[in-house]
Amino acid sequence: MDRREILLNVVLAAALLAVPLWAYFASQPFTITMSTRIAILAMAAVGLNIALGLGGLVSFGHAAFFGIGGFVAGIMAQHAMLGIPVLGLPASNQMLVIWPVAMLLSALAALVIGVLSLRTSGIFFIMITLAFAQMIFYFAISWPAYGGEDGLPLALRNQFPGLNTMRPLPMFLVAYGALMASLLAFALIRASRFGAALMAVRQNPDRVAAVGIDPFGLRLVAFVLSGAITGLAGALMADLTRFVSPSMMAWTMSGELIVILIIGGVGRLFGPVAGAAILVGFEVFFGGLTEHWKLWLGLVLLAVVLFARGGVIGLIAGRERHG
Amino acid sequence: MGLSLIFEQLLNGVQFGLMLFLMSAGLTLVFGVMGLINLAHGSLYMIGAFVCAWVAATLDNFWLGTIAGIAAAAAAGALIEMTVIRRLYKRDHLDQVLATFALILILSEGTRILFGPFPLYLTVPDLLSGSVDLGITEYSLYRLALIVAGLVVALGLWALIARTRLGIRIRAGENDREMIAALGVNIQVLYTIVFALGAALAGFAGAMVGAIQSVQVGMGEPVLILAFVVIVIGGVGSIKGAMVGALLVGVIDTMGRFLLPRALGTVMETAAATGMGAALASILIYLLMAAVLIWRPQGLFPANG
Repeated sequence: MDRREILLNVVLAAALLAVPLWAYFASQPFTITMSTRIAILAMAAVGLNIALGLGGLVSFGHAAFFGIGGFVAGIMAQHAMLGIPVLGLPASNQMLVIWPVAMLLSALAALVIGVLSLRTSGIFFIMITLAFAQMIFYFAISWPAYGGEDGLPLALRNQFPGLNTMRPLPMFLVAYGALMASLLAFALIRASRFGAALMAVRQNPDRVAAVGIDPFGLRLVAFVLSGAITGLAGALMADLTRFVSPSMMAWTMSGELIVILIIGGVGRLFGPVAGAAILVGFEVFFGGLTEHWKLWLGLVLLAVVLFARGGVIGLIAGRERHG
Repeated sequence: MGLSLIFEQLLNGVQFGLMLFLMSAGLTLVFGVMGLINLAHGSLYMIGAFVCAWVAATLDNFWLGTIAGIAAAAAAGALIEMTVIRRLYKRDHLDQVLATFALILILSEGTRILFGPFPLYLTVPDLLSGSVDLGITEYSLYRLALIVAGLVVALGLWALIARTRLGIRIRAGENDREMIAALGVNIQVLYTIVFALGAALAGFAGAMVGAIQSVQVGMGEPVLILAFVVIVIGGVGSIKGAMVGALLVGVIDTMGRFLLPRALGTVMETAAATGMGAALASILIYLLMAAVLIWRPQGLFPANG
């Protein structure tokens, strides 16, 4: 990262914190909730950024992990409220208990999907991740125990020690903290030997294999880490909206996560943050003007793909230097 | 549970499979020849269904509606190819995914603006309404017509690719695009024709199903994803693979939804069996896909080696 990008990242991080703080004193709870949504979607895209940005794995199935995380939060909240154990273990409504479970189950799903889909590459990989996410989506719809197609409302948000998560600002701070932790994790992974090998695999798997590193294992680990972070974001989203439904796993959600990453800048540390802010801002602004805002989103997106590659971070901070 | 009921479900599965084949054939051709992943293929299916339902209702003529649906999808396909898709052939798959995802947003919202937010319905023409006695079971004449139409189109597609000059060029394009361009084939026109052909097949499938399900925005994408499953099973770029994969997916999905709840009902109580059976049936074809991936990662009939 050059200095311009670091400066831009600092500005983005500060702005995402400053806006809801301002909104709190200006009594604008909607703006706080919107900022929380941005933070959570950004975090889901940070997860995808590990697979797609560092590993070059175009996963069109990350909504599955997002939804699994969401259902973990929803199911735990419901069981905790009713005092019914989950699979013999006592349920908890503590976020610090729910998060590891959400990450573990998303990671497990990513492991199974990854083992199968990473046997292939390119277009096959895109179609297979999309198909497996759709499988989990249909399973959630037809499984009646937790609301099926109608979804599962959370009577109360899950709790975080020392904060009243039912209020907008503390909920934002939880999401913001989680986002910053995920960004730190991304930066550490990118700077590690593992990250270097992963990026090398993206550029030339044959050369990496020739020096004795197994590309499959690297990609699988990246895919699992990626799924775990997106799953954690899903758990937070369920708490924010106090509702989970299979629509969290819909294929459009996977598409949105890719869109966030592309608009912001693939592989860039703060690309997901910029992308999520732009997408949510676009939705709120144009959604208020016309009910057909998705038409305009499509046109803008098409223009970005055809004419302006590199995303917003690339536009402002310049292209990423290699070597 | 009678034999006739099972036979009827089997025919439903074949009919569903043939509609999936129409979708998958276009997708797999476009991928095989141009190396492009087209998420907007489901939108072409939707366009076929909407135009067919609208024209059929306006002119009160099912046949004209069908022709209009196919023509509209083919025209939309050609237009999209010339304005957007053409710029994507040399891009990586990520750009293709994004651009065609953007096309879905544009085409879905555009359809909603043109036809309104409510679903359309298409009535079966008198000639094809009612049922026919097949000996073992009574079967819907319309669905039987869909099976026949699907088989005729499949045969026609095979003849087109195996027996005509255009077919030779398409096959040559799959093998080596630089070489056939060097031999004087206008590759740009060929690509537009292949894309429009795939779009016409999708539009035909959309027009056909309009009479057995409601025509609404977003109807294309679930079918698109099933077509992906078909292609993963059959092998990318292979028409034969698309046929085998589509029939497998159609029959297994339909029979699974029919048989699994009943089979589970023999070992557990009915309500639980219905829920679990439906949930299991909904993932059956994806398990098939997983099995094929383990056994043959390139699909059952890989087109290129």
